[in-house]
Amino acid sequence: MAALSSRCCFSLGFLVGTCTLYFFMTQVWFERKFSLQLDSQVHSTAGQWGGENQSWRVEGLALISLRHPHLQGEDSRVADQLYKKVRILCWVMTGPDNLETKARHVKATWSRHCNMVIFMSSREDPDFPTVGLGTKEGRDQLYWKTIRAFQYVEQHHSHQADWFLKADDDTFVVIDNLRWILSNYTADEPIYFGKRFKPYTKQGYMSGGAGYVLSREALRRFVEGFRTKACTHTTSVEDLALGQCLEKMGVLAGDSRDSIHRETFHPFVPEHHLTMKFAKSFWYWNYCYYPIVEGPQCCSDLAVSFHYVDAELMYMLEYYTYHLRAYGYQYRYQPSLPEGLEPDSARTEHSPLGAERDAPGNGTSKL
Amino acid sequence: MISEGSSFIKGMLLGGLFCAVVTLLGDFNKGHQSTTDHHHHHHHIQAPSEEELLKLPEPKRLELSQNIRVYCAILVQPRELSYWAAVKETWSKHCDKAEFYSSENVKVFHSVNLDTKDKWLMLRNALKHAYANGKGYSWYFVALPSTFAIIENLKFFLLNKDPGQPFYIGHTVKSGELEYAELEGGLVLSVEALRRLVGVFSDNVKCPEQGSALWKLTEEKELAVCLKYTGVFAENAEDSEGKEIFNTKSVNALIKEALAEKPQEVVKGCCSDVAITFHGQSPNHMQVLMYGVYRLRPYGHTFHDSLIFLPPVDSDND
Repeated sequence: MAALSSRCCFSLGFLVGTCTLYFFMTQVWFERKFSLQLDSQVHSTAGQWGGENQSWRVEGLALISLRHPHLQGEDSRVADQLYKKVRILCWVMTGPDNLETKARHVKATWSRHCNMVIFMSSREDPDFPTVGLGTKEGRDQLYWKTIRAFQYVEQHHSHQADWFLKADDDTFVVIDNLRWILSNYTADEPIYFGKRFKPYTKQGYMSGGAGYVLSREALRRFVEGFRTKACTHTTSVEDLALGQCLEKMGVLAGDSRDSIHRETFHPFVPEHHLTMKFAKSFWYWNYCYYPIVEGPQCCSDLAVSFHYVDAELMYMLEYYTYHLRAYGYQYRYQPSLPEGLEPDSARTEHSPLGAERDAPGNGTSKL
Repeated sequence: MISEGSSFIKGMLLGGLFCAVVTLLGDFNKGHQSTTDHHHHHHHIQAPSEEELLKLPEPKRLELSQNIRVYCAILVQPRELSYWAAVKETWSKHCDKAEFYSSENVKVFHSVNLDTKDKWLMLRNALKHAYANGKGYSWYFVALPSTFAIIENLKFFLLNKDPGQPFYIGHTVKSGELEYAELEGGLVLSVEALRRLVGVFSDNVKCPEQGSALWKLTEEKELAVCLKYTGVFAENAEDSEGKEIFNTKSVNALIKEALAEKPQEVVKGCCSDVAITFHGQSPNHMQVLMYGVYRLRPYGHTFHDSLIFLPPVDSDND
């Protein structure tokens, strides 16, 4: 009897001991793993901005680039010079409902190449971060958001950049190519660039979705126009209204095409421009300022933007632009180096395969 | 009473010890497992690294890039006409020779008519034809029409490999004891491997036309079986970072996967910078890939590659 009860006590004790230590161990392990995970999370959220090889500083609600992102094994001497010479502040039109579904992918991809980026929303979000413009959301609010956004940028950051780009959260932009286009102009010229449309204005206006970029002087005049009431909120059609205001304030609508007249800002996705035939009745034919080219010559090799880009396509375009390439391939289009820039170390000793080739910088294309 | 209490306490201590030992052992085992899991069970073969390439003297590098000639054999069926057209207009222009092998005669495009719908027979006869007519080519690349290939990256990958040695490379997987390259990802044979293969084709025991097993194997597996008899084994290709370069999925699918699994590093976690193939790309997207690979780039970023490949004549989408 006594033996039985002591055996029972023993077994009970064994059970209790096992369970107690099990819970104890899982707590300890859990905490250890949790703290490790937390560390790595902290690492990765700090790195999230940094993510793919980048470093940023958060200043209030703006993200400021500390270093031009580099690719493995590349010579980026020319791009680095342009990064310093042509400073671009990117502001991205977004909203509270789009932060996780759209703006997040912009943040992870092309906006990392800007000198500075600010996400503009109707409501402030200190974590993303986004600026709160104090408007409502919706298509009819677009012009108000644009006006407020430019006013915000002019007030807080006009001395920190030379050019001011507006893009949507479904626009994909190749900032290095934008710098190339803008390198022929100065921040003190009253000029702006984008996908040029022709109706309703004398000099045309720039498509909102394809993104447009204002010089510092153009920005100053836009804000001035509203201050003096020369410009008012005429319509909610943001891009047209902006174009009309800028025209009034003496800002020139620039030609953003490349050196062989191919478009760089695009209002649709690459597949659309490269492969589709637009129906003759499609509004696009009547809107484009320059002649439409269908097929591969629709788009410059040094394209600046595409629109209606969903999350998946954002990463695909980032991959195509900055990562995937054909090893050793000599591009057909080799435009000349902008003035005032030093070339990357040119190929000196070897004349490649004895073929007749213009060295990069001679501005000839191989067609 | 006291003895029961002490039994209880003894039990508790023993229980605790038991638990600790078991947990530690379990953790140790798990740790060990995860390291062994990392070892793939097939052969790996890597792209040359830039340092490796630069070790070769320059005249040797130039000689190699001129001499490396790729014969592309694309196996088509008439119902894949739109893909066929896309391949003709896009990446196949970068092959030194591109030959289309079809199951039946098609008026619209020139092709070698193999007159059979049997996929293994198609593959056999296409390779026989390629070997007979492709003199002077060191490498033979076999692809399906919904595969997109970047031949320059294939040449870069093959640069430091001797075509006089037997090579059979692609996206390699294992099925039982058989390692084979998946046809969807594209596969490449050195001229020596092809020579041996054509040799074993006439052996009706090792490599019969009707297939080697009682049940029908896919043509990619039949190929692996025949090559195995000649001492040629499939190898899986990777870039210098260990990323796959022959892909059996489309860029879209791979990005989608990376978005779901590695949202912090989607692009880096997705695909190789010098990828050779993607599979399942629509004809329209092949045009986008031509633009993305051969044209779209960020200004001011240059690569001083060891090889030089010129754009093909009479082409405007690259």
